[in-house]
Amino acid sequence: MLISSLIALGLLALLFGLALGYAAIRFKVESDPLVDQVDALLPQTQCGQCGYPGCRPYAEAIANGDDINKCPPGGESTIKDLAELMGVEAKPLDAAHGEDAAPKVAYIREDECIGCTKCIQACPVDAIVGAAKQMHTVITDACTGCDLCVEPCPVDCIDMVTINPTTASWQWDFNQTPVGDIPVKVVS
Amino acid sequence: MPYDFDQIVERIDQQKLWTFPGGVHPDGRKHLSNQTAIDTLPLPEQLLIPLKQHIGTAGSCLVTTGDSVLKGQVLTSSPNPFAVPVHAPTSGKVSAIEERTTAHPSGLAELCIVIEPDGNDTWAELAPIENYQQQDKAVLLAAICEAGIAGMGGAGFPTHIKSTARKPVEFLIINGIECEPYITADDRLMREYGWQIRQGIDILMHLIGPKVVVVAIEDNKPEAFKAMQKVCEDCAAIRVVQIPTKYPAGGEKQLIQVITGREVPRQGLPADVGVMMFNVGTCYAIADAILYGKPLIQRVVTITGEAVLKPQNVWALIGTPVQTLLNKAQYQIKKQKVPTVIMGGPMMGFTLPSVNVPVVKITNCLLVPAKKELNLNQRELACIRCSACADACPVSLLPQQMYWHSKAGELDKAQEYNLFDCIECGACAYVCPSEIPLVHYYRKAKSQIRIQRDEKEKAEKSRQRFEARKARLEKEQQEREAKHKQAAAARKQATQNTASAAGDAAKDKVAAALARAKAKKASQAEATVAPAAEAPVPENDNKAKVAAAIARAKAKKAQQEAASEAAETAESTSSPADAESERKAKVAAAVARAKAKKAAAVQPAESPATNASPSDHAPAEASSEMSAEEQRKAKIAAAVARAKAKKQATETTATPAQPADDEAQTATEDDSPEAQRKAKIAAAVARAKAKKQAAESAAPAEQTDSEAEQADDKTVASNTQEDDSPEAQRKAKIAAAVARAKAKKAQREAQQNSAEDNE
Repeated sequence: MLISSLIALGLLALLFGLALGYAAIRFKVESDPLVDQVDALLPQTQCGQCGYPGCRPYAEAIANGDDINKCPPGGESTIKDLAELMGVEAKPLDAAHGEDAAPKVAYIREDECIGCTKCIQACPVDAIVGAAKQMHTVITDACTGCDLCVEPCPVDCIDMVTINPTTASWQWDFNQTPVGDIPVKVVS
Repeated sequence: MPYDFDQIVERIDQQKLWTFPGGVHPDGRKHLSNQTAIDTLPLPEQLLIPLKQHIGTAGSCLVTTGDSVLKGQVLTSSPNPFAVPVHAPTSGKVSAIEERTTAHPSGLAELCIVIEPDGNDTWAELAPIENYQQQDKAVLLAAICEAGIAGMGGAGFPTHIKSTARKPVEFLIINGIECEPYITADDRLMREYGWQIRQGIDILMHLIGPKVVVVAIEDNKPEAFKAMQKVCEDCAAIRVVQIPTKYPAGGEKQLIQVITGREVPRQGLPADVGVMMFNVGTCYAIADAILYGKPLIQRVVTITGEAVLKPQNVWALIGTPVQTLLNKAQYQIKKQKVPTVIMGGPMMGFTLPSVNVPVVKITNCLLVPAKKELNLNQRELACIRCSACADACPVSLLPQQMYWHSKAGELDKAQEYNLFDCIECGACAYVCPSEIPLVHYYRKAKSQIRIQRDEKEKAEKSRQRFEARKARLEKEQQEREAKHKQAAAARKQATQNTASAAGDAAKDKVAAALARAKAKKASQAEATVAPAAEAPVPENDNKAKVAAAIARAKAKKAQQEAASEAAETAESTSSPADAESERKAKVAAAVARAKAKKAAAVQPAESPATNASPSDHAPAEASSEMSAEEQRKAKIAAAVARAKAKKQATETTATPAQPADDEAQTATEDDSPEAQRKAKIAAAVARAKAKKQAAESAAPAEQTDSEAEQADDKTVASNTQEDDSPEAQRKAKIAAAVARAKAKKAQREAQQNSAEDNE
């Protein structure tokens, strides 16, 4: 009796083990979906201010339990989203990694550029065009404002320019701007 | 569709219209400004024409500062179909093209063309289209686009895009509703210019081909209704209908619902339900453009409110500063607590940032309220969930829920309540007993959502670029490694080849050359010896014979080996990687040849000397040999020199990173232009260095920047003095760049030092 029950249980265990093992191979998930989700929330500036070489490595680190408050370009909103996704408490931005600054783009003072291509090699998103001994320039639309091209420049001809708000990118904010406060009521 | 075309037309004829949900009935206050005829304005001192006055993209500027322009001259152009041009409203001079504050709630500056009128008001040549009924529709649409016409009801959508009918249009609705309080611009336009509006309607009918045209006018404008009825009575296809006054009946989707009972789908266009709608002002502008060739350079603007003495409507040139209009209506600034001018109506308008902003194509009203006329700056109270806003909403949304989520920043939840279907009419805020500026919250939430969407798009693009770059770098790395492996293998093979093959070849060639030389010498010796052979043979002769025999043997052997070797070298040269070894082999061969020649020269010289035979021609030969020997020596020396020079040249080109001094030396030895250029660069660098050092020693570390710049200037100056050729200038630039780089480094070091000192 005892033996038969042991055998039966053993067989069952073996059966389930095989089924699970097969399922693990058959329904294998290619990459960690959590990493993709975290990566989708990060601002993709690839600036490396978090201490990782790009947004995806940081996403992997977050998925492995790293702090979520190391991304200055993302700012508070990214931290909030990450906290929601990871199910952890939102923390204030870690000042050791930089501060949440206004969005910027790189600008090359073209007549001072000597065509050394060092900034091109530094740009994580290939947003600088140029060739050796030819003047370089930044594709403003593709620039993430990550700052990485400034340091390698041997002649300091790269400036980070703050993007001024235009009428297209302007946000209604009636706390700050007294103008534009509508609607008004007709007293009748 | 709930109702078909015939049913709808029947109901329109019976004046049995539909309605839309919600809506409010604010006090119209239209009598303030609709009593007098549309007046004209004096020419202002300056006209500001913003490049972008419509929805879509701005064109590029066609004029430059200082240009003279004529009235109606086109100022911008764009290949983008969504762009409409702007025109000069009067003749004058372009005094500036710069960023100026424009009519936008943000008060941000936009690019404007500033025109100073010359007072002549000279028209540019106009090109009216005659017999437009016979013209191709594309020609008419192009003319409408070139006239710069964008919807004048308020949204500013390019008219030529709207009137390009893609679907069959049953109803062409002409919007003369003007539902917002205070505004009477369309009212006056219909009363005074009904005939021209009718002409515009005819053109649109020709363009679009609707089954029926409905001119819709609110029942608070009986004069306008009568005027439009009068001008349209001869055409059976046009129906002029009165619409019950209710705000916001003038909204496109609301008016379609009132007239046809059809609802425009969420993301859809009016054309999806067989309707197209134009404002009466747009019809007027279309008639101007087609029949008279005049572009859109003026519009009717209502100046109203109790803070102006003479509320009225005026024809304002596009670009006229608001101040000019206010002066015309006699603005009483004392009647206001805070100077406030609202552009647009009281429900949807916005407070202007300054009175210097220009009138644009969508400006229909300037409202200047007196102290107690409008409830500005209400005190916002808490929402009491009364749902009055939901009852007032013309699009059946839940404003209180959207407010709640927008205020909390829960943008996705606000979107779940269809935030983007909100037409921002302000009816909800109007009825709110807590005086919550609801539309503010919606606008803010909408702009935040749009910005987030843009950021997300940009992030996605950046991610793709980053990944593409990573993939590219990895690929390059792999390629490099593969190349290195290949190169290493080739080098290994090459060293083997040179060790065995090339080395052998050199040896063999030397041997062959020696053998040849010996053979020659031997034959010479034989020739000299032959007569002496009859005489008792001296030991020398024997030696010579032996040597000759050995030489012959060697020569034979060498020849054989050389032949096989040649085959081998041919094999090795066939592989491109062996170019190096081939070159080496060539050098070696050249050296060998030189040596062989030397050897050949020495041996013949020796042989006659050792040859004791007192033959007659021996001295003669010797002398001839001597002269030949000298020649050969000279040749050898030349060859060696050449080989050395070649070697050096290859070395210098192979190692450009050698110190400048060495390069300079090699360059002075070698007269090639390449070397000269290098020498010059080196000299320039050296000069820059010297100057920089001088500057550094002369100035404290903090001033290195300016010093470096000075040094730059100096170097540039001195270099240009020395040589004005572009080459020299380039060098100067290089030197300057190097100097800058050094300055940067020095500065950084100085900073570090100071930081260390501070620590």
